[in-house]
Amino acid sequence: MQPKWHAKEGFRFYSCLHLFELTGRKARNLKELVKHLREVDDSVIFNHTHNFLIRHHYLTPQPPSAFTHWVKESLKEEWLGEQLEGINTIEFTSLKDLREKTLSTIESYIKKNRRYRIAPEGEEFFFLRSLEFVFPTPYLATNIYEFVEALRVISPNSLYFHFFTARLRLGRGTNDFSHWIETSLGEKELADRIAQLDPYMYTLEELREVLIAMLEAEIDRVLRRKR
Amino acid sequence: MPIRLEDYTSIVGTYVIEELRLLAEKLAGKTIQTINSTAVGGGVAEILHRLVPLLSELGVQIRWDVIRGGTAFFEATKSFHNSLQGEAGQLSEDIFKVFLETTEQNLRLIEFYGDIIFVHDPQPIALVKERYKGHAHWVWRCHIDLSNPQAQVWDFLRPFVEQYDAAVFSSANFAQPLKVKQYLIAPSIDPLSDKNKELTQEFIRDFLEKYQIDPKRPIITQISRFDHFKDPIGVIKAFRQVRPNFDCQLVLAGGEATDDPEGAQVLQEVQAEAGKDKDIHLLLLPPTADLEINALQRGSTIIIQKSLREGFGLTVTEALWKGKPVIASAVGGITLQIKHNLTGILVHSIEGTAYAIKNLLTNPEYARKLGENGREHVRQHYLLTRHLKDYLLLFLAIDRGTDGIVYL
Repeated sequence: MQPKWHAKEGFRFYSCLHLFELTGRKARNLKELVKHLREVDDSVIFNHTHNFLIRHHYLTPQPPSAFTHWVKESLKEEWLGEQLEGINTIEFTSLKDLREKTLSTIESYIKKNRRYRIAPEGEEFFFLRSLEFVFPTPYLATNIYEFVEALRVISPNSLYFHFFTARLRLGRGTNDFSHWIETSLGEKELADRIAQLDPYMYTLEELREVLIAMLEAEIDRVLRRKR
Repeated sequence: MPIRLEDYTSIVGTYVIEELRLLAEKLAGKTIQTINSTAVGGGVAEILHRLVPLLSELGVQIRWDVIRGGTAFFEATKSFHNSLQGEAGQLSEDIFKVFLETTEQNLRLIEFYGDIIFVHDPQPIALVKERYKGHAHWVWRCHIDLSNPQAQVWDFLRPFVEQYDAAVFSSANFAQPLKVKQYLIAPSIDPLSDKNKELTQEFIRDFLEKYQIDPKRPIITQISRFDHFKDPIGVIKAFRQVRPNFDCQLVLAGGEATDDPEGAQVLQEVQAEAGKDKDIHLLLLPPTADLEINALQRGSTIIIQKSLREGFGLTVTEALWKGKPVIASAVGGITLQIKHNLTGILVHSIEGTAYAIKNLLTNPEYARKLGENGREHVRQHYLLTRHLKDYLLLFLAIDRGTDGIVYL
């Protein structure tokens, strides 16, 4: 056992569950989408840019954010859909900036095109707020080995909380795992590599596998160096 | 033997059950009183018979009360139901009078005691008058399609809804402009019920043989009542476009519409359209034939739901749960359940339906993948345990009165 892999502070795994609140807002075209996008609170923006991760976490390839999906599937605005797909969510550390980027992408398209496709009846975009209920799980890691073992068994909701909610919704700037690995294990290089992953390109189960593989490779590398 | 929470573990996974237990602990000391209009029959009673014992098992203090009413009251609420689902026509003043009189009688009969009073559908809606006598939170759960309500009835009911702390709808497009918070909770199916539980191959084969359906040739099935909105004629027309090049059979199964003149008329039209085609089977199954419907779904190769209008579409949920490739119209709640080419195929026309059938018959591996994804989608979002989780979260949200992030 490597002493530096004993954490200064243990990592308690949390999990989260969601309930959806209807905001009463709906959009039938891009102009209405923009209006509501400006006015809704951050819980609504986070929901529509992240809910697909939880909702479709077992599917590959992942469907895009709800805004992108609606623009492509209901408005049949393929080009704009691709521009929205091109927004790299991992580059944003605040929902305010993510909202602005989404808005400016749609607004510049509207300016160029000046036409409004209308979504068929029943396919309007309904704005929902996600209430996120956060709670501690029984899993606590005091070293890197326990951390890997816990990663194997935590629920996808727990992974979602530490990777997505923590970074963007709670505004912590990075995922909780990288933060703990750097500050409690002192493994900055490993923490940075995990933070550089684009988690939006994986299903939650794939993300779990990638993280476990990275941690195991690191353990293996250090152990071999010590021999 | 009563069904217990642990019976669902092998279906949904240990963590789902663990999280339910954790949520329930956070409701310790709170009492829930749930009120509806009937203890037996109908979807609401069916779901409460499942959910109430499971909530009790989780340690939630919950009691179920049922309002009383005479024939005139239930006729009145039946007309409310139809009007709220968009049926045109004005109702007489007498109907509203009977409704309010029966509400007053129930207000005298029911003992209100819960911390959260959870009222289902329009029949008991006006009991909310009682809220000003206590400190309980009141929640109205609407199970019906309110996307296009007739104004007279909705204008009458809305002031009652707005006295609640919150309203709950099954689909985003059922929600209405209201002054109170509105939550979205989708319906669910019970994987352990007769309609959805696993069956033996022998049982399925016996069922097919009983109705002279050949288990060796592909079986394309639509299960729904004989109603124009379910477009059974369109299904036959799609089948006819497929049949010349593919050796397959069509099964249309629905209830015997003896007390529904419109249903009987549609059935006649369907019989005429089917003619003497031996590859088209029309099955008249009673509404209680849950095991037989289950067997038919499990014995089918492809399941169709070519509705022109649909509420949530629980028949689609049931078919997806059985791992079947489903071809369904992009209407109502079906679009929540089917993501095109991922969890099923969405269609808009007879031609689209025919093409999708040919595609699936030609590509069984693709069909298998759709079925697999569809079953997983239902496992994640439309099983009873998810419904239970949403109700626990709802009670916590109401009790704590917060939004955004809630730390438990």
